[in-house]
Amino acid sequence: MNIRRRIVTVVSLFAIGAIAVVLWAPTVGSTSISLAKAFDRSIPWEENVDAQIFFVARLPRVLSGAIVGAALAAAGVVLQAMLRNPLATPFTLGVSAGGALGAMLAIAFGLEVGMMGVSSIPIASFAGSLLAIGIVYWLASSQKRGLSTNVLLLAGVTLNSFFSAVILFVQYMSDFTQSFRTVRWLMGDLDVGNYSPIIAALPFIVVAFGVFAVLPRTLNLLTLGEDVAAARGVEVVRAQRLAFLSASLATGAAVSLGGPIGFIGIVVPHLVRLMVGSDHRIVLPAATLFGAAFTVGCDLAARTIMAPLELPVGIITALIGGPFFLWLLVKKS
Amino acid sequence: MTKRPNTKATKVTKAFLLALLLFVVFVPFVLAFQRPQRIISLVPALTEMLYAVGAGPQVVAVSSYDEYPPEVKALPRVGALLDPDTERIIALKPDLVITYGSQVDLQAQMKRAIIPTFDYRHAGLAHILVTMTELGVRTGHGAEAEQAVAAIEARLAAVRARVAGKRRPKTLLVFSREPKTLRNIYVSGGRGFLHDMLEIAGGDDVFKDLDKESVQVSTETILARAPDVILELRPEEIPLGQPMQDELASWSRLASVPAVRNKQVLFISGHAVTVPGPRVAESVERMAKALHP
Repeated sequence: MNIRRRIVTVVSLFAIGAIAVVLWAPTVGSTSISLAKAFDRSIPWEENVDAQIFFVARLPRVLSGAIVGAALAAAGVVLQAMLRNPLATPFTLGVSAGGALGAMLAIAFGLEVGMMGVSSIPIASFAGSLLAIGIVYWLASSQKRGLSTNVLLLAGVTLNSFFSAVILFVQYMSDFTQSFRTVRWLMGDLDVGNYSPIIAALPFIVVAFGVFAVLPRTLNLLTLGEDVAAARGVEVVRAQRLAFLSASLATGAAVSLGGPIGFIGIVVPHLVRLMVGSDHRIVLPAATLFGAAFTVGCDLAARTIMAPLELPVGIITALIGGPFFLWLLVKKS
Repeated sequence: MTKRPNTKATKVTKAFLLALLLFVVFVPFVLAFQRPQRIISLVPALTEMLYAVGAGPQVVAVSSYDEYPPEVKALPRVGALLDPDTERIIALKPDLVITYGSQVDLQAQMKRAIIPTFDYRHAGLAHILVTMTELGVRTGHGAEAEQAVAAIEARLAAVRARVAGKRRPKTLLVFSREPKTLRNIYVSGGRGFLHDMLEIAGGDDVFKDLDKESVQVSTETILARAPDVILELRPEEIPLGQPMQDELASWSRLASVPAVRNKQVLFISGHAVTVPGPRVAESVERMAKALHP
């Protein structure tokens, strides 16, 4: 089968699966609703409980889940290829720790700088992510040779620990309810309350994916080594710069929307590689779609398993993702 | 090996050791039954109780979260639930330390230092009154404690009588949420003093079937359970005007909930409501007034 046809076939299959999950997820939940009634325009909005459950309670969650999952999975693929490290995650380079620190400060100091329906916490979180990206990028590109992936990794990991220490300090100094809220934020939460945070995060994610779209061939060459890639005509430094900035932007926006939901950025790329091989022209779009479906599915579990109690989605992604990944790993080898 | 002669010196040593043993064994009992004069409280609710039963003058230090009654503001602070400052506590030479049930390390340290402790855990409303009585007896204010408890019971009975026979609105009791959004909503389940207070105040807790004190709920479950009243507890007063409009606006997204449609989203502000202490009667009265004006 020629490669072009294989890309189209595999990506279409993943797309069908992802669309099916995203369409199905809002129809199920702890309460049973009638879709006919939910879409019935003749019933006034104030009286239509089914429509409100569908449009207010479920749809924003499903959409934010799809966006967060797609962004984290794609960022994971890009960073693993660029750093040539299978253990890299979107959170390795300090972006999520910066985002977490921003959110913690907003909670601890009770910041109220919300705008356009977005509360101060996502805004502060995104600002923190940008700060972390800036620091890591500045450190890694301060060497004459251009962007050094080793410095990038080391700077990212160190910044992660440093920010984590500051986070613990902020938590220790804040009172109980604030500490609890900060801990809860770290577990991830896709119940974003309304559409405004989604709309606010979307432009950054779109820009990041615009860059992702031109990356796959370069990523394939970069995984073979920087010298090989350079010999084949890749402007290595420019490609790495683009990959780092776009993946970090996607991660920062995703974290500001749903918190640092773990596991998606590492498990989904590897799962998809086990299923479709290692050609990034297939892996990147397939992981994006699979990440969306996986996260929406995990959030569905989070809101139904113990209903009416909520479970943090970050716990579900790890509980489902971990064993499933190990099973597939053993089965394949 | 030769047998050691029973000299005068060993007799003295034996007598001394016996006296020491008796001292070590009985000191805790003696201290426990003496009226304590230097009390340290690490639980704000119980600090309030101490003052309510007349043991205020015996309190020498409090936790870092204590702020009521105003007298405590002048007292030294010795840490709190997670970070009690053992060294300072011992240095203040207390003869009674009030600890929370989960502070097992602190309790063990106090035992080693032969300082008696009074261990407490949050539970239902009835437990508040029982604790107050016990604390009164322990601090030598049994009669005052009984009076104070009787006064609270009388006020609660009055509220019960006032709301008896009235329709009990299905009530959602919210005690935490992310400001200006409907994220991270925490409500009272069917256990604990907040639930008990709501039931006495004539409300029907919409999450009473959940055997938990605190529950994080989604907007979906709130829409499905359709409360008639949403009662939100806030530590600070919300200024009328724009800030209040913003708070109400976030709830207005759940337009089909009867509480939202009938403008029954109500706020009760102040720290007192969430403290399981002697001000509970006043808080129940405020809840009842909100639910049955």
